[in-house]
Amino acid sequence: MMTTPILEIRELCVSYGKVEALHHINLKVAAGQIVTVIGPNGAGKTTLLSAIMGLLPSKGEIEFQSEVQRDIEVEHLVAMGMTLVPEKRALFGEMSVEDNLLLGAFQRYRAGDRDQGKTMDQVFGTFPRLKERRAQLAGTLSGGERQMLAVGRALMAKPKLLMLDEPSLGLAPLIVREIFHIIADLKKTGVAILLVEQNARAALQIADYGYVLETGSIALEGESRALADDPRIVETYLGLGGKKQ
Amino acid sequence: MDLQIALLLGQDGIVNGAIYALLALALVLVFAVTRVIFIPQGEFVAYGALTLAAFQAGKTPGTLWLLLGAGVLVAFIDTVVAVRAGSPGRLKRIVLWDLALPAVVAGLVFWLEPDKLPLVVQVALSLAIVVPLGPMIYRLAYQPLAEASVLVLLIVSVAVHLALVGLGLLFFGAEGSRTTPFSEAQFNIGTLTVNGQTLWVLGASIVLIVALYVFFGRTLYGKALRATAINRVGARLMGISTTMAGKLSFTLAAGIGALSGILIAPITTVYYDTGFLIGLKGFVAAIIAGLVSYPLAAAGAILVGLLESFSSFWASAFKEVIVFTLIIPVLVWRSLTSHHVEEEE
Repeated sequence: MMTTPILEIRELCVSYGKVEALHHINLKVAAGQIVTVIGPNGAGKTTLLSAIMGLLPSKGEIEFQSEVQRDIEVEHLVAMGMTLVPEKRALFGEMSVEDNLLLGAFQRYRAGDRDQGKTMDQVFGTFPRLKERRAQLAGTLSGGERQMLAVGRALMAKPKLLMLDEPSLGLAPLIVREIFHIIADLKKTGVAILLVEQNARAALQIADYGYVLETGSIALEGESRALADDPRIVETYLGLGGKKQ
Repeated sequence: MDLQIALLLGQDGIVNGAIYALLALALVLVFAVTRVIFIPQGEFVAYGALTLAAFQAGKTPGTLWLLLGAGVLVAFIDTVVAVRAGSPGRLKRIVLWDLALPAVVAGLVFWLEPDKLPLVVQVALSLAIVVPLGPMIYRLAYQPLAEASVLVLLIVSVAVHLALVGLGLLFFGAEGSRTTPFSEAQFNIGTLTVNGQTLWVLGASIVLIVALYVFFGRTLYGKALRATAINRVGARLMGISTTMAGKLSFTLAAGIGALSGILIAPITTVYYDTGFLIGLKGFVAAIIAGLVSYPLAAAGAILVGLLESFSSFWASAFKEVIVFTLIIPVLVWRSLTSHHVEEEE
């Protein structure tokens, strides 16, 4: 299905103490594509992203930009172009929206880039609401705005791979639609996206390829259109009549 | 007590308070960024003062050997780590910061004969010896335990404190030292006599506090430190490494400590273990601020300074008791008013 994967994961296992939470996960994300991992609560979706990002120790192989990551360090991966928008957003609540965005480009600043202003204008183009709120403290934003800021901050790093953990979590349906619309648009800028979602319908609508994660293993995978038609998916995740919508 | 004595005590209190304020700010900074309760803060005060005093006495300060030794140790450990991780790119940095920098400082000390040089050069050399010890101590003692609990980090702090006090005794002996004042000037304002060193302490403290304010409010690295303090995981995801933030905050704390020591060395006799008591008073001020608020910490420090100087007039035998007893009502009030802070992650 894919040509050059930007991210390839082979036989990834993650354990919490003696309990193995992820078993032999194999997964690929091609450059410029949206790949989604759907699955119920507790299937290990967040664990998967945390392990790829180096926040959790794991076994197996993670290849990012054709380079096998041996000594997985978050800061190194960020410098290479991987970013994660975590489920809890992890914003800097007592700092302004603008400072949050600036810090998103910290790694690039360290590497000598000084075009943060330009990147910020692009982010403001994508999220005009952030521009209105630029001087406001991040902690005072609404749920939807917080999610926009989290994504905007991640984009400040000019990532090659953007990983989103449940961007729809806790948001009103209208805002979810707006966020997904933006995610679909981001694809046009060439960034690859790994989207983890419980909202399977919304995720499969914008994704090119999908994986279904159940109790720590990949249960099913395929083109997202095929997955959306798969009777097992329809029954479990989309609900009856889900296709019609 | 008449007005003149009150003014004199007030002046004394404010000068000491300014130093406590600097130390309290450093303690709050280190705790916010690394969760380390930095008990060895006071040792940097003593090291700064005594290193300068050693230069003025025409001796080579023992802290120079500590710097060279710690540098070699850090370089060795980091080289092993870098080779194991297969990233030889880090070696350049290691050689530069842990070996070359201490060697250059040592070279300057031996070549320049610091006792014949102007005070500003002596101060600069003292800082160049003491300040790099901050990040090195972070690397050796705290970085391997960065994820440990606050209690474990506190125990490490006690150990580091005891080790540094012991080394201080070894380097400088049990005798106290004073350094020559920055200025011999004296000013008369009404009945009050203000000497030059007092103004130096106050001026330098204010400049440092303003500089810190600008650093945290305006520069990206300052903001990165604040970000780490607010949300460690969030900061790491931006590529702000916990190690970098830790080293930077320890560098600042060491710099503030050493400079405080250099500022007070002309007005108090500093012994190898003087720093602990000074650091503890900064700590009382930091506690008043709940280890989080910078302005409150500074205000608390002035309060501690004034309380100390006035109690030394009325009940000089009890002055330390009075200052440290202050912490009890403060803790009671804090525990009654503060709500539980959410644990991270």
